[in-house]
Amino acid sequence: MLIKFPKASDCHESDVTPESLYLSRRNVLGAAVAGLAVSSLPRWANAGDAARYADVEPGKAPSWFAEKLPSTKWGAVNVKDEAITPFKDATHYNNFYEFGTDKGDPAANAGALKTEPWSVVVDGEVGKPGRYALEDFMKPYQLEERIYRLRCVEAWSMVIPWVGFPISALLKEVEPTSKAKYIRFETLQDPKSMPGQRSGFALIDWPYIEGLRLDEAMNPLAILAVGMYGRELPNQNGAPLRLVVPWKYGFKSIKSIVRISLVSEQPKTTWQSIAADEYGFYANVNPTVDHPRWTQARERRLPSGLFKPNVRDTQMFNGYSDEVASLYAGLDLRKYY
Amino acid sequence: MRFAVWRIFVFIVIAVWPLLWLYQAWADVLGPDPGKVLVDRLGLGTLVLLLITLSMTPLQKLTGWAGWIAVRRQLGLWCFAYVVLHLSGYTAFILGFDWSQLGVELRKRPYIIVGTLGFLCLLALAVTSNRYSQRRLGSRWKKLHRLVYVILGLGLLHMLWIVRADLKEWAVYASIGALLIALRLPPVTRRIPRLTSKKAPSARKA
Repeated sequence: MLIKFPKASDCHESDVTPESLYLSRRNVLGAAVAGLAVSSLPRWANAGDAARYADVEPGKAPSWFAEKLPSTKWGAVNVKDEAITPFKDATHYNNFYEFGTDKGDPAANAGALKTEPWSVVVDGEVGKPGRYALEDFMKPYQLEERIYRLRCVEAWSMVIPWVGFPISALLKEVEPTSKAKYIRFETLQDPKSMPGQRSGFALIDWPYIEGLRLDEAMNPLAILAVGMYGRELPNQNGAPLRLVVPWKYGFKSIKSIVRISLVSEQPKTTWQSIAADEYGFYANVNPTVDHPRWTQARERRLPSGLFKPNVRDTQMFNGYSDEVASLYAGLDLRKYY
Repeated sequence: MRFAVWRIFVFIVIAVWPLLWLYQAWADVLGPDPGKVLVDRLGLGTLVLLLITLSMTPLQKLTGWAGWIAVRRQLGLWCFAYVVLHLSGYTAFILGFDWSQLGVELRKRPYIIVGTLGFLCLLALAVTSNRYSQRRLGSRWKKLHRLVYVILGLGLLHMLWIVRADLKEWAVYASIGALLIALRLPPVTRRIPRLTSKKAPSARKA
């Protein structure tokens, strides 16, 4: 299924500011690493994919991913005049509390996560419920690259090239019934491989839960991602299957999904359960509604240097107003934050 | 000066951390958001130094060694130095010197208000830490410097309100703080055993 985005904010991948303008110092090193990476190519990666982004560590792609990747629609959605965050930063500065609360913990600990085999349960108000092996779950979908801004509720942001497919395509497959009003997602619960779930002091009641209104999930921008930077997702970024909703704060984009349920009631999400006054169900990026503990008017676009801080104004709906504002017509966004 | 080598040793051990962190930030090993990392480390450093300062008296009671007390003032002043760096880092790297935003934060955010109060108390202790103030204030000096326990409470509250999802680290610091305060309750203090005894020559046989 193809979904076209004839929006003014679109542009071609060639318009993306080269990383070299951003980090010339790293570029020298990066070129050397990229050269090495190309000379020791893994079986599936052809030269075109490896050269797509600099400094990308090659992973071990599952075979279903390697088979699908060549027919990916590259640059299906893009950002204008904004540099893509270096791979190293996008994969070593993460919030994934199942692996620890420090930004470096997920990269350090997520290696223990076993993503193959992986199965996804689809249940609730659907015509075709079931438990699917991930490779079967993925069969109907064509992969697309979506280059999106990612705005964390903690006031930092990145630009990341995801590889995935629209949730609307999934919903077409599983046939929600007329009672389905919301879609609920659940992360893996496995204390053996997830040290954060073993902490006795965690305020989170595992597993991690997130959800969307059905019309939000149907919006063409909302995707389920299986890859980034032209490769499969690294574990710390939510392998093998994660949500990406670019107009909402990052915590909505739940990682390592094992269960997708169509439900009639608004699901109680994890952060709402911990602190409902700080994290709402909607969690739309909104510079005019502060987090009780800090302002959301501005953000640090990473990497942000010590002596050259990269601070910019946060945009309404993270810059995706044209595409999503109509979903919230008549809704008081101060009340439904 | 008594314990000169010991004092210099303590000075170097504490001075080295901010320099190391600054070097790390410059060398690009603190990740994509080095300013935030620096602010966090300096804040935690302040709390750790406060706990170390507060453990000097119990250590002296326990061991009888006067060297602990000899570095207590220095440690307190280091604690103040770290909080000044923490605040400067916050103003520069988090607020980007946006002074109007600082005004907003000071009015709206409880954890910022509590942190600021803690800083003001530390400031009061730092400026009265010299001998002249001790003489001037007499017995009131000791009362004033009991503020350190208030500062500990404010610091822990400041940290608690920043924690988002896992209280483990905070719980460790809070329990150490609670222990150090418990050791100062008279019934507990009387029971602290002396490991080595200086003032008991009769017990020692040459």
